[in-house]
Amino acid sequence: MNKRYGETADKAWRSFVIYLPYVWLLLFFLTPFLIVFKISFSDPVIAQPPFTPLFDWARNGMGAVYITFDNFLFLFEDDLYWMSYLKSVRVAAFSTLCCLLIGYPMAYAIARADTTTRNILLLLVILPFWTSFLLRVYAWMGMLSTNGLINKGLLSLGFIDEPMKLLYTDFAVYLGIVYSYLPFMILPLYATLQKLDLSIHEAASDLGATPFRVFIDITLPMSVTGIIAGCLLVFIPAIGEYVIPTLLGGEDSLMIGRQLFNEFFENRDWPVASAVATILLFILVIPIMLFQRYQITAGTNANE
Amino acid sequence: MTIPMNEKIDNLQDDATTGNAQTENRHDSKAQPFIRIENLSKQFDGVAVVDSVNLDIYRGELFAILGSSGCGKTTLLRMLAGFETPSTGRVVIDGIDITGLPPYQRPVNMMVQSYAVFPHMTVEKNVAYGLKKEGVDKTRIGEQVAQILSLVQLSGYEKRKPHQLSGGQLQRVALARALVKKPKVLLLDEPLAALDKKLRERTQFELMNIQDELGITFVVVTHDQEEAMNLATRIAVMDDGRFVQTGTPTHVYEYPTNRFVADFVGTTNMFEGTVSQIANEHLLIDTGDFGVIKASPTPGVNEGNQVWLAVRPEKITISKESITSETTTCIKGVVTDLGYYGNRTIYRVTTETSAVIEISAQNQFRASEPILDSEDEVFVSWDLANSIVLKE
Repeated sequence: MNKRYGETADKAWRSFVIYLPYVWLLLFFLTPFLIVFKISFSDPVIAQPPFTPLFDWARNGMGAVYITFDNFLFLFEDDLYWMSYLKSVRVAAFSTLCCLLIGYPMAYAIARADTTTRNILLLLVILPFWTSFLLRVYAWMGMLSTNGLINKGLLSLGFIDEPMKLLYTDFAVYLGIVYSYLPFMILPLYATLQKLDLSIHEAASDLGATPFRVFIDITLPMSVTGIIAGCLLVFIPAIGEYVIPTLLGGEDSLMIGRQLFNEFFENRDWPVASAVATILLFILVIPIMLFQRYQITAGTNANE
Repeated sequence: MTIPMNEKIDNLQDDATTGNAQTENRHDSKAQPFIRIENLSKQFDGVAVVDSVNLDIYRGELFAILGSSGCGKTTLLRMLAGFETPSTGRVVIDGIDITGLPPYQRPVNMMVQSYAVFPHMTVEKNVAYGLKKEGVDKTRIGEQVAQILSLVQLSGYEKRKPHQLSGGQLQRVALARALVKKPKVLLLDEPLAALDKKLRERTQFELMNIQDELGITFVVVTHDQEEAMNLATRIAVMDDGRFVQTGTPTHVYEYPTNRFVADFVGTTNMFEGTVSQIANEHLLIDTGDFGVIKASPTPGVNEGNQVWLAVRPEKITISKESITSETTTCIKGVVTDLGYYGNRTIYRVTTETSAVIEISAQNQFRASEPILDSEDEVFVSWDLANSIVLKE
C-alpha cells in the first residue's frame, strides 16, 4: 500500500516537473503572444486602450466579432516594412556569420587550452556581461565618433588625414551586434568542442589526414549542433535588435526592431505594431523549427 | 632430464646477459631489424616516462610490450605513431628515420583502446577514410574495403553507423580501418581490453591469423600477460619506463631474469635467502623461514650472495606423503586456503614457520570431493630444475 502511494506521489511529482515549464511558457509566452496576435486584427483608435475591441456584446444583445486584416495588408503594401524585414534578416545573418568565423577559432582555442587557462579565457568571454549592455553600446559610440578614440588614434599615427565616419553607419551596427552577441556564439561552440574525443582526431591524423583535413572531416561535422545552437542564439536576438541600430546606426538603417518601436511609441498604432511583431515571430520560428528537426533526426540516429 | 634442462638454462641465461634489446632472436641473426628504437626517451615535466629504451623488432613479428598501467608502454607506442615527440633518441622503420615525421606521414597505423571509430561515418566510410587520404581511386577503394571487411568478418555491415555496432564489431572496424592502408607496422594499444572474456579469447586467435595472412609487423601494448603470451612472438616486459626483459613468451615465463618479471608475468612463490654452499649438482640456499632449499647451479651466483628463488605454483607438487630425492625440495605445511576453478585448484599452504606457499594443481581426474581439504597436513615439493635463482 505504502509503496503504491509512493509510486503515485512519484508520478505526480514527475508530471509536475515535466509540465511546469509548459505552464510557464503558456503563461508568459503564449498568452502575451495571443494578446499581441489579437490586437493585430483590430483598428487603431484614440482611446484607452488604443485599439478597437475584437468582441462586442453591446449591439442587439448579440455577440459580434470584428476582425480586420488591414494591418497586415498595410504591411504588405508599404515597402518600408518589407525593406526593414529584409534589412534585419541581412544584418542578422551577416552578423551571425561574422560571429561564427570569429567565435569558432576562439571556442576551439578555449576547448584545447589547459584547465587553468581555459577557466580564465571563459571568464574573459563572460566578463562583458557584468557591465550594462547599454553602457557598452554607449562606450562604442564614444570610440567610433568623429572625435573618438579610433579616429584620434589613426590620425595621430598618420594613417588617415581626416576623421572617418564610423558612427551612424552600417559598419557600426555590424560591429555592435558582433561584439555584443559573440559570447552567445562562443559558449555553445565551446561546450560542443570541449566534449570531442581527441583520440578520434588522432585516428584521422594516423590514417593520413593533414591537420586541415582533420578539421574539415572530423572537427567540423562533429560540432554541427554547437554551430547551429550558436547561430540561433545570435541570429534570433540580432534580428529584432533595437538598441544597437538606434544608437550606432544611421538614419537609413531601418531595422525591424526600430520600426516596431516607432509604431508603438511614436505613431501609437498598436495594431500595426502587433502585426509587425507577429510576422517577425513567424520569420524566427522557421530557423528554430529547422534546428529542432535536425536535432530530432540526429537523436533518432543515435537511438537506433 | 635435469642435465639438458640445465644446459638450456645456461644458454638462455647467457643470452639474457647480452642485454635488453635482443635477448633471444629467433630470426636470422644477420637480418636487419625492421623497427629500430634507439635510446628513446620521453619526459613529462622532468619525469622520464620512457627512459632510454632500445629495441629491435623484426619484419613480420607480433611483438608485445607488456607492463602495468603507468609504466610508459602507451607513451612508447604513441611515439612510434607520432603523437608524442621523443625527448631524445630516434625511431627507424625499414631503414627510414621517422622520428621527426608527423603521424599522417608515417608508414604506421595505430588502433587505440577506445577504437576511435568516426561516429558520423558509416563502417564503409570509416574503413575507406585512410585510402581516400592517400588519393587511391574510387573503384580500388571499393575493392580494398570489401576485401578487408570480409577479412574481419564484417561483410554486410557496410552501411551501418558505429552506434549500431557492438564492442566487438567496433573493434573490427578499427582494425580494418588500420589494416586497409597496408601499413608497414600496425600499432595496437590494448586491442582487446574492452571485450568480454570469451570474445577476447576468440579475437586473439583471429588477430594472429590476420597477422599471419597479411604479414604486417604488429606491435601490441597490453597489461594482460596472458594476452601478451598468447599473441606475441616476442615480449618486452616494461617497468618504470625501461625494458626489464625481452624474449619469447616461454623464455619470459620460464626464465625470468629478475624478480619483477618473475612476479609480474604469472604468479610466483618467492623465497629470499643466501647461498650457503655450491655443490656440483646443485647449490644450497639458506632461506631462514623455509630452511635450506636446493637449486640448480646458476652462473654468476657465488657463495654468500643474496638471491631470490622463484618457483611457479604449477611446478610444485602437493601430496600427503613426503617426497624425498636428491634433487627435490620438500616442505611440510597445512592447507589453509583452497580455490576450486574446475580445471585446477589453487592451494595455499602455510608452513610451520607460518610462511605461505601457493600451489596450482590440475584436476586430472573426476572427483566428487576435493582430494585435499582445508586443515590437511601436506607436503609440498618441487624438483630443483623447476626453481629459478634470481640475483636482482
